[in-house]
Amino acid sequence: MHRFAKPSVFLKFTAPILPWLSALTVVLIAAGLYFSLIGSPVDYQQGHTVRIMYIHVPAAWMGLFCYVGMAICGAMSLIWKHPLADICARATAPVGATFTALCLITGSLWGEPMWGTWWVWDARLTSMLILLFLYLGYMALVNAFDDPERGSKAGSALALVGAVNVPIVKFSVDWWNTLHQPASIVRMDGPAVDPSMQLPLALMILGFTCYYFVVLILRVRLELNERRIRALHLSGMFEDPETPTSAKEQAYEAGHNAEAKQ
Amino acid sequence: MSLSRAKIRKRQRMYVIGAILLAVGSAAALMLTAFEDSVVFFFSPTEIAEKSPIDPDQRLRIGGLVVEGSVAKQDDGQTIAFVVTDMAESVPVSYRGILPDLFREGQGVVAEGHMNSDGTFVASEVLAKHDENYMPPEVAESLKKSGYWEEIEAKNAEQMRN
Repeated sequence: MHRFAKPSVFLKFTAPILPWLSALTVVLIAAGLYFSLIGSPVDYQQGHTVRIMYIHVPAAWMGLFCYVGMAICGAMSLIWKHPLADICARATAPVGATFTALCLITGSLWGEPMWGTWWVWDARLTSMLILLFLYLGYMALVNAFDDPERGSKAGSALALVGAVNVPIVKFSVDWWNTLHQPASIVRMDGPAVDPSMQLPLALMILGFTCYYFVVLILRVRLELNERRIRALHLSGMFEDPETPTSAKEQAYEAGHNAEAKQ
Repeated sequence: MSLSRAKIRKRQRMYVIGAILLAVGSAAALMLTAFEDSVVFFFSPTEIAEKSPIDPDQRLRIGGLVVEGSVAKQDDGQTIAFVVTDMAESVPVSYRGILPDLFREGQGVVAEGHMNSDGTFVASEVLAKHDENYMPPEVAESLKKSGYWEEIEAKNAEQMRN
């Protein structure tokens, strides 16, 4: 496994995947948006407000999915000290935080007309807010140290301990009574969502997941290339007292592109 | 077969992380079980019946289905009275204020307020609880015709009880 997780191998393998995955993301989200906004029926009780679900549920799924990914990467970086795992965890955090925030905002917008309140402190909503704080805490912690290795150690520990919250978010609606409705999709009796509404939901969930992987690949590639440039800088490759600053920057850019192609 | 020192270290780190996760997980589980009464968002009428008599100064939330035909306006024209049930016990509720759009008979609601000495729950806020079922109006119609609807309502009541 470690053989495939080398930075150079990652750069080589993800380069051809990236354009296809990006195209797939665009197609899935475009189709998903069409079916969620136009090509699906209204709900018998909620009317058009049901369409918020097509953003809310995929965003909630991504919030949990990204967190599990981040915690696994954190564990791998703690156990095997693998730099790529650490980079993946750092790259995942802002994406997961954004999806979690999106889930909380859309949920609030749905709650006002449906429940009659923007926010309540029930187990589901509170545990989801804690998830957002865990992401923010992770991001603050990994960048709080001068030595990045200490930062990633502390951050990975936080991500791992916080993983306890993930099953609490998922099962909060089963373990305690909440204002939030119980699970509609992943549950024992099969989905409680009408098949005509499952299609846009599935498209959006797949689209969001693909989007996450596109952003992950882009962010990891960026970080790997930045590290290479830093290493080259330290090795004195760009040191040339003869060249003026502007030319120096051009050389820097050229080196950057050459690096990316490797 | 002997492992290299680096491999032993990695294995040790794995065990330590596993042990810490287990400890944190059990601590969280114990804490959440201990504070269950504060973690639950509302009490069902059955729990209210078990806990009664409840101190009128204690603020709490009660959740259940609005009994069909129980919603009535009081003589003052502002107070609304209805009965909340979990199909085992029921509690009468009185409320002055604006009801959410989703409030209707047979629908789940959560009311916040206090228990009166005469056994009526005086609510200061009423929220509608949506169930996990999403369907177009036609499907809802056919479910009502085929009699599956009672099953869904019975299930909702059961969820309120749990």
